[in-house]
Amino acid sequence: MITIDKVSKHYGSFQVLTDCSTHVNKGEVVVVCGPSGSGKSTLIKCVNGLEPFQDGQIHVNGTSVGAPKTNLSRLRSHVGMVFQHFELFPHMTIRDNLTLAQVKVLKRDKDEAAEKGLYFLDRVGLKAHAHKFPGQLSGGQQQRVAIARALAMDPICMLFDEPTSALDPEMINEVLDVMTELAQEGMTMMCVTHEMGFAKRVAHRVIFMDHGKIVEDDSKEAFFANPRSERAQQFLAKILQH
Amino acid sequence: MFGSYEFDWSSIPGSLSFLGQGLMVSLEITALAIVAGIVWGTLLAMARLSSIKPLAWAAAGYVNLFRAIPLVMVLLWFFLIVPKFLESFLGLPPGSDVRLASAMIGFALFESAYYAEIIRAGIQSVPRGQLAAAHALGMSYPQAMLHVVLPQAFRNMVPLLLTQAIILFQDTSLVYVSALADFFGAAYKVGDRDGRLVELVLFAGAVYFVLCFAASQAVRHFQRRLQRA
Repeated sequence: MITIDKVSKHYGSFQVLTDCSTHVNKGEVVVVCGPSGSGKSTLIKCVNGLEPFQDGQIHVNGTSVGAPKTNLSRLRSHVGMVFQHFELFPHMTIRDNLTLAQVKVLKRDKDEAAEKGLYFLDRVGLKAHAHKFPGQLSGGQQQRVAIARALAMDPICMLFDEPTSALDPEMINEVLDVMTELAQEGMTMMCVTHEMGFAKRVAHRVIFMDHGKIVEDDSKEAFFANPRSERAQQFLAKILQH
Repeated sequence: MFGSYEFDWSSIPGSLSFLGQGLMVSLEITALAIVAGIVWGTLLAMARLSSIKPLAWAAAGYVNLFRAIPLVMVLLWFFLIVPKFLESFLGLPPGSDVRLASAMIGFALFESAYYAEIIRAGIQSVPRGQLAAAHALGMSYPQAMLHVVLPQAFRNMVPLLLTQAIILFQDTSLVYVSALADFFGAAYKVGDRDGRLVELVLFAGAVYFVLCFAASQAVRHFQRRLQRA
């Protein structure tokens, strides 16, 4: 589904990603973790072309992301993405947030889009809030709406960029629960997250990054039981203490 | 201080309809310059923020040029140049009165440089994640700007845009250089005719003050409501 092949990226002389290669199979859940500044967010943003990269290739469902003639808008319209800061559109109601891209990008008619949006809003348990504005919802609720917004586009895979990092602790679980459910339904997912409990429960594979390189890429069992690199051992020791 | 000067306001009541027509001209120029200034200013602001360097440079050049020249000179150029241009382009008979059109064009082009800067700041006030989110949903750059970024930018800038509109209304008095009967020009003409310039200019000033002060109070009221929302 997603193949990342020797991807490198630099800002001027600053190397952000070095020779990153991995893949995500259909129906697979891959968690990407690592210390801050390790390039994990940048890598996931390269997958849907939000961040350009200089070397290597990324293919999503056979389409080359970096190729100049690729229609990036079309590619992105079926690759869902959830951001750290939700990025709901604050000037629109929840309902309009859910339908805008369906209508403008997928050219669905308004009623069909609303029906679809409300279906997913119900799935994340927020049907009663359709008429509200994002500012009237809690962080956890906003993030669930953001997930519903992405799902309403019928994505073939979902990218999560630290979806719980900006949330108060008591709201983290409601978002992780939605993500867990999604994973169990067989959605292909690539998740940048520090939530190791989620990784242990849900992930098939774990990728560990440091200084722009993929240091470990292993099944979750192997990763948690026996991380090979010293850097990953240190990272896990620090995170799992809590 | 005024010595033995005796005020005589009697020429005002009889000229109110002429003065009213002048006020309409001022408001017309203001309205058109606001609309054209915002549309052209938005395009300039987007060009200035563009990653296509020549476009950004051209827009920056335009904005800096117009912001570094006194408005009265721009109006004078347009008064001298545009009528000839319109005559030859639209095939108007020589001597057609295109003063209003040339004043409007001059204003719109001048004010759009100021609007462009306000709008550029407004666009930059919208978090970058909003554009990324719109892109991630498959929206093109124009779609993302139109539906996501600009509506938020304009909401943030409403007080500044209205304040600029008030300044613009005052600036319209400068069209007197083209002998156009805007409100100030009309007042001047009446005063000149009746030998009562002092009274008429004082009267015109009072009207500008009342209108602009009322408008700026309305903006402040609106701004407070916006902040509470």
